[in-house]
Amino acid sequence: MFSPAAIAMAEKLGLQKGRANLEVFAATLESLAGTDSSIVAVTSDSRGSGKLGGFAKAFPKQLVEVGIAEQNLVGVTAGLAACGKKAFGVSPGCFLTARSLEQIKNDICYSDVPAALIGISSGVSYGALGTTHHSLHDLAVLRAINNLDVVVPADNFETREAIRAASQAKRPFFVRFGKAAMYGLHGEATSFEVGRAITVRDGTDLAFIATGETVIQALLAAGELEARHGLACRVISVHTIKPLDNEAIFQAGLECGAVITVEEHSIHGGLGEACASVLLQAGVSKPFKIVGIPDEETVTGAQADIFRHYGISMEGLSQTALNLLQSA
Amino acid sequence: MKDAELELKAIQLRKHLLQVIVSAGAGHTGGGLSCMDILNVLYNRVMKVSPETFSDPDRDRYVQSKGHCVEALYVVLSDRGFFPAGDLETVCHYQSHYVGHPTRHIPGVEMNTGALGHGLPICVGMALAAKMDDSPNRVFTLLGDGELAEGSNWEAGLAAAHYGLDNLVAILDHNTLQITGHTRDVMGTEPVVEKWQAFGWDVREVNGHDYAELTAALTDPAVPGRPTFVVANTVKGKGVPFMENVAKWHHGVPSDSELVEATAELDAALAQRLEGVE
Repeated sequence: MFSPAAIAMAEKLGLQKGRANLEVFAATLESLAGTDSSIVAVTSDSRGSGKLGGFAKAFPKQLVEVGIAEQNLVGVTAGLAACGKKAFGVSPGCFLTARSLEQIKNDICYSDVPAALIGISSGVSYGALGTTHHSLHDLAVLRAINNLDVVVPADNFETREAIRAASQAKRPFFVRFGKAAMYGLHGEATSFEVGRAITVRDGTDLAFIATGETVIQALLAAGELEARHGLACRVISVHTIKPLDNEAIFQAGLECGAVITVEEHSIHGGLGEACASVLLQAGVSKPFKIVGIPDEETVTGAQADIFRHYGISMEGLSQTALNLLQSA
Repeated sequence: MKDAELELKAIQLRKHLLQVIVSAGAGHTGGGLSCMDILNVLYNRVMKVSPETFSDPDRDRYVQSKGHCVEALYVVLSDRGFFPAGDLETVCHYQSHYVGHPTRHIPGVEMNTGALGHGLPICVGMALAAKMDDSPNRVFTLLGDGELAEGSNWEAGLAAAHYGLDNLVAILDHNTLQITGHTRDVMGTEPVVEKWQAFGWDVREVNGHDYAELTAALTDPAVPGRPTFVVANTVKGKGVPFMENVAKWHHGVPSDSELVEATAELDAALAQRLEGVE
């Protein structure tokens, strides 16, 4: 996931490697279930993939296994939520948000039940397994569905807070993350609020507006750009894709010389186009680049290979920033 | 309520259904007529739910999986007192909550449905929740026979049997017609009895217009550890002879003259029944 130079930069920035967000999700849910018997996890032969083995042992009556049947998983989750359960439907993001999209739209969002849907191993976490196992469309389609909060945490802290928020949510809630170990980006004093982006690093030469597990890549690039080129780059973690923090995006566009958005998602319909919409409608015109997965058959390889190939890396983002500023 | 009284009510409900569909300018006439007796029995005899108890966590739940026959549900809920009958003059009108499929905006509706193959999975979740809470409530859903082509029904069928959900009842409105024609020609689903038995359900086959048979199927105790599947053999367009077993009435809207004719048929049936009762 990280080149030796990126690891060195992380050390220079004082970042500590944490656990996979997936593991933090599982630990948080298990912790919450211990004090809230209404929490139910619904899995589609995915308790292992979702690191919920411990949950299943500790709270066997609070886990519903539906087998490899994702449509049923979402329908069952909706029915449980409609009857007072805090139901978490947990399944790989690729299946959850494609095969059962209609159930998400109708059973959860349209019926307005307070269910949480957890897309595990999302984006290209399952990189080498191929396109069947990638979810690069999920943010686009879920953004277009009414009545759903969409959260993509960047690190262990954001993941824990997102799952806590999901457990308290009175409306449909979607969270997606990957399975690689993440560097910590925030101190415990950081405030997490759904719909409110977090500025990880300040600066005005350029803004990286990133989401999920690409935020660390943007932060490392910001460190690199400062160390090598004396550039002060802002890094914003947009953990909530919907509702979007329009103000943070607007301010970044207004105050910074250029804007680069970064996401583990298709360049169509995700964070980048959402930011473009915010800025254009606000009359803010700055050099702007969307970094994500282009509209092509995704390159083969592990997640790190795919990130590197498409420039979602410290090195790639640094170069993109320099090119963008040069062209301005 | 006695069978004869329910049968009289059913005629009135069918008349109201046709009025609502004509007023709306849209609707599913044939299927609404075929499932009317099932809904009548459910809401007026079987289910423990009323406008007064609709917020009770232990109420019985009903999810209409064949959501397109919402007009039948609307008139039954209205008759049951969930909302005034006058509300139904707005069905499918601009800014009305009474759209062409069930939504929770309508008093008495548990879940939004309309896309087929969604009701049974939802009801599995509801029945599981009841089991977790040791709630005595039962969960009912109504499926169309054309709807059985949706694979999600079979996913839920497996799960319901796997978890031994004997508090769950799925009712099949087995009218054998769908929008294109005979279900057997569109996508064969038979033998439905044997298929659901093979899935581990307790299957009960009844005449879906016979109140005694429907009542028995829906109230006889469940086989412990088995969900119940009621195959209700029905007639699409039931009660209006020129609509019966004619696929075009799947979502055909009666003209003014057809409404007059259909109403006359139902009035005649009503008069005949009343004569019999007297």
